[in-house]
Amino acid sequence: MHHVVIDRWSRRTSPIHAREPRTKLIALAVFLISVATTPGVSPLAGAGYMGVLIAGIALSRLPLGGVLARAAVVLPFSVAFAAVNWLAGDAGRAVALVAKSYLSAAAVLLVVATTPLEQFARAMEGLGTPRLIALVVQFLYRYLFVVSEQAQHMRVAAACRAPRVPGAGGGLRFRAAAGAVGVLFARSYARAEGIHRAMLARGFEGRFPAVALARPRLPDFLFLLLAAALSLAVRIGVGRA
Amino acid sequence: MSREPVIDARRLRYRYDDGTLALDGIDFRLGAGETVALLGPNGSGKTTFVLMLNGLLAGEGEISVCGMRLERRSQTAVRRKIGMVFQDSDEQLFMPTVLEDVAFGLLNQGAGREQALEAALGALERVGMRDAGRKAPYHLSAGEKRRVALAGVLVMSPEILILDEPTTYLDPPGQRELIHLLKGLPQAKILVTHDSSFASALAQRAVFFVKGRLVGEGPVDEIVRRFSWDGRSG
Repeated sequence: MHHVVIDRWSRRTSPIHAREPRTKLIALAVFLISVATTPGVSPLAGAGYMGVLIAGIALSRLPLGGVLARAAVVLPFSVAFAAVNWLAGDAGRAVALVAKSYLSAAAVLLVVATTPLEQFARAMEGLGTPRLIALVVQFLYRYLFVVSEQAQHMRVAAACRAPRVPGAGGGLRFRAAAGAVGVLFARSYARAEGIHRAMLARGFEGRFPAVALARPRLPDFLFLLLAAALSLAVRIGVGRA
Repeated sequence: MSREPVIDARRLRYRYDDGTLALDGIDFRLGAGETVALLGPNGSGKTTFVLMLNGLLAGEGEISVCGMRLERRSQTAVRRKIGMVFQDSDEQLFMPTVLEDVAFGLLNQGAGREQALEAALGALERVGMRDAGRKAPYHLSAGEKRRVALAGVLVMSPEILILDEPTTYLDPPGQRELIHLLKGLPQAKILVTHDSSFASALAQRAVFFVKGRLVGEGPVDEIVRRFSWDGRSG
């Protein structure tokens, strides 16, 4: 399960893990804005941004291949939109779309994988995000565990009853998959209700127990300065049109 | 039952959205320190009943918990009195680590993080799971999950414990350990179970549910005999 691995990563120790979460979120915002406002993405700019990310991944002591592979989860969506641009004759925009979405996903993943969720949500609140949105993010994340567990149970049960037969009809498989998605939704809904009920029974009143954030210290500010400077350097230096 | 009741439920009725009448006029009392087993077939209303007791389901009737009448305003206070271990441990364990999950209830009660984590470690020790604190709940076996779920309730020091099918997934040694553990707890307890030997080992009396009605009440062995509820097939 992707998010299980990421959750485990977020509880490791490293110079990046140790940084105050708000400074990481601001650094992430600077990076994302730099990438988004880079006109097109030249190979040099792409390499520059990727260099910043790889340095961050190395400092965080996370597996480089694992992070980069997981960031590719965004590609099916961006490639679909890129294909439309490509067919419309704008190959440059198509390439930029894929490159920017991948770089952005990798950056977000790096921050999420180095910040435990409760600290991440608290940092969002600390930076002015409405509490409701922070709460929804936390619920969404928790329920990802639930949905993926349900999906795995169903996959195992389906595999037991219907091992893949070579040459079996694609239509049948599609109908089975479509039905499974519907059942998965219903089961996840029921499970989510059960979890919410159990939370209420333990005193939950619509608000996760707050995690106090430490005040940013000098190393946090230096990290923010360096990360922002690198992103802007790529944007201004090699990312010009 | 002469003891002062910690739970006094009268004329409880509950109907699900699809029209099914799950509870039909239940009267029930639980004395301080008493253990009562709720027996009965699947779908007879046992779980619905215990969910009503701490306001997780709202139906008709009156419920008093430790002298407090259960209503919207008193829900939070009532839930502090009742610790509920759910039938499916996975519904209860949702935090990233076991220790955080056990501490969740105390943090909701306003305890400081350090204090909550320390108490959580203590609760884990009581259920023999101290070493599992840093593990993710989904890495535990079913029996371990059950113990951690119990720790998550014990840490809140409730006055009443409700355990819904607590022996499910437990192997015989696990069941014996659970009986030993529960025997040592001073709280009043409601055990929802199909396991008559488990009920006999812990409960002073049993009530029997059929189709949302409470049809029998008395010593566990007598109820088990009267309703042929000894758990043996054939």
